[in-house]
Amino acid sequence: MAISSNGHAASEASGTVAIRTEGLAKAFGATAALAGVDLAVEAGELVALLGPSGSGKTTLLRVVAGLEQPTGGRIFFGGEDATFVPVQARRVGFVFQSYALFKHMTVAENIAYGLRVRPRRARPPRDAIRRRVGELLDLVQLAGLERRFPSQLSGGQRQRVALARALAVEPKVLLLDEPFGALDAQVRRDLRRWLRELHDRTGHTTLFVTHDQDEALELADRVAIMHRGRIEQVGTPDEIYDHPATAFVAGFVGDAVRLPAAAEAAGLRVGAHMIPSPVVAANGTRRDDGPAVLFVRPHDLVPVADHVHGIAVEIAAVRRAGSGHRAEVMLGHGLPPVDVVLPAGRTARRGDRIRVAFANLRVFPA
Amino acid sequence: MSETLPRAAVGACLDAMPRHAPATRRRGGVIDESAPVQTALVAAAVGILALLVVLPLLAVFTEALRRGVGHYLESFADADTQAAIRLTLMVAGIAVPLNLVFGLAAAWAITKFEFVGKSLLVTLIDVPFSVSPVVSGLVFVLLFGAQGVFGEWLAAHDVQIVFAVPGLVLATVFVTVPFVARELIPLMQEQGTSEEEAALTLGASGLRTFLSVTLPNVKWALLYGVLLCNARAMGEFGAVSVVSGHVRGLTNTMPLHVEILYNEYNFVAAFAVASLLAGLALVTLVAKSILEWRGGDQLERSRRI
Repeated sequence: MAISSNGHAASEASGTVAIRTEGLAKAFGATAALAGVDLAVEAGELVALLGPSGSGKTTLLRVVAGLEQPTGGRIFFGGEDATFVPVQARRVGFVFQSYALFKHMTVAENIAYGLRVRPRRARPPRDAIRRRVGELLDLVQLAGLERRFPSQLSGGQRQRVALARALAVEPKVLLLDEPFGALDAQVRRDLRRWLRELHDRTGHTTLFVTHDQDEALELADRVAIMHRGRIEQVGTPDEIYDHPATAFVAGFVGDAVRLPAAAEAAGLRVGAHMIPSPVVAANGTRRDDGPAVLFVRPHDLVPVADHVHGIAVEIAAVRRAGSGHRAEVMLGHGLPPVDVVLPAGRTARRGDRIRVAFANLRVFPA
Repeated sequence: MSETLPRAAVGACLDAMPRHAPATRRRGGVIDESAPVQTALVAAAVGILALLVVLPLLAVFTEALRRGVGHYLESFADADTQAAIRLTLMVAGIAVPLNLVFGLAAAWAITKFEFVGKSLLVTLIDVPFSVSPVVSGLVFVLLFGAQGVFGEWLAAHDVQIVFAVPGLVLATVFVTVPFVARELIPLMQEQGTSEEEAALTLGASGLRTFLSVTLPNVKWALLYGVLLCNARAMGEFGAVSVVSGHVRGLTNTMPLHVEILYNEYNFVAAFAVASLLAGLALVTLVAKSILEWRGGDQLERSRRI
């Protein structure tokens, strides 16, 4: 790797905070897009902002970049207050969902733009710019295409040019706004892996926005779940997936079905069934009595062989899912059906009665 | 107003033809008409165009050359005619750059910012298209004329606006306001602001961003708007006629001069000056086609990205 930003990133010892926001708020008229966001991204980390549309994730990214002014709170870049630093001076690399390549410039001119617009004393000599463009083209695997115009490239190639253009200015942080949002599924998957490799090699502190949870969980070191202008939970993909901190995270991550329930002294009542207290205590996160919600993912309910434990349910439908089958069962009248993954080789028919038990219980106050 | 309608119609035809060509080439499709109907439609279109456009255009040149090339050229030796040509060039030379700047500024403001009164501004830009040119001329007489609102003050300070060059420029600017802005607004709206934002994050200043990103992206639309603006500025009759006062050699533009010569039964001279205006129209048409051919490619590309 001949990219000099490599050294730049390495010089920041791991464990230092590259981006920190304190109570960041942004209001558009009467609507609050950000309602007090506290987030710290460590140097060299790859952090995903995940949330439904309208949750404020893109606004947060734009405020960090300096493309929007916050209406409250502060932003720090490596310990320095950058809240009022203009976008040009923040040294961020921003990659847009729509690529935002300069249409009338070639690939090479696009990549060189950030270096060419520097004031004369800070501008590298012509040869150095050309060399750097060459290095970046190699890095994003587009060598040989420098004379093409953006319109002559595929979507995936365009996004890689956009990334090279952002990296050319040796940014302190890389900000990606739904970078693969406009690409088809196969290209998305390839680029996702490629980006992870690139990050591991260059070590840029990266914050990226996505609404695709598979992308966030697969790509990121840590994931921040956003909802209504706030961060609901920040954690590693495992923490987010296995230990959702709030009802929103439990419902948003994974293919979860939300069931109304009631916590009682004897246990958790779900539809017609009572899950006994010891089972709830072993799994559950909630003990107070009262109305509750239970989130069930396909692997949370497992068929059990014996005729004593578990809950007796009737199969409403059986579907093929990948290598095995999934059965849809009802836990109570009027409740949405939940999926049970059947063991490989086992099939069932509609109307069969099986017994299932909870491998995981995610219960939150209603 | 009359100039905008054919422009829109011609534009639509030019736009539609290449895109729909593959569909019409398909034989036996539901949109195929029978051969006689096709022939009749084409003949009607060609006939009407010939009657309303080609014939008058030919008439202008025939009348101008009726008494030979010598007489034709002699018409331009007249001092008043030369003054009229110079005045038209000057008025257009002031009005077009003014509207270039205004159109760019207005389109920039409307498409890149959110502000109160935005839709009002968009509506105001269209006013000159919906108001009769005579009325727009009259407005300036009522404002700056001897009996006008500012008439006394202007007279006291010895400033002559109406029946002088400033009045002609004002009236021309007013009538041509929409051309550049109208051409730019839809394009800039479609392009959005992300390229500008990308340039800013890469460290470019606001001015640099405008010059290196915004301007190249609207280059062809801007030239197109300027071309149409110029054609209208040179050809405007109604608004200019009201504020001109028809002082020969001083406030007579080419279209006004044509009328005066014609009313004096000086047909050859009238048609000679008219032939210049017709020539300007032809040059404009050719330039417009070149822009559409050259810039259409870029605009098409801009739509795909």
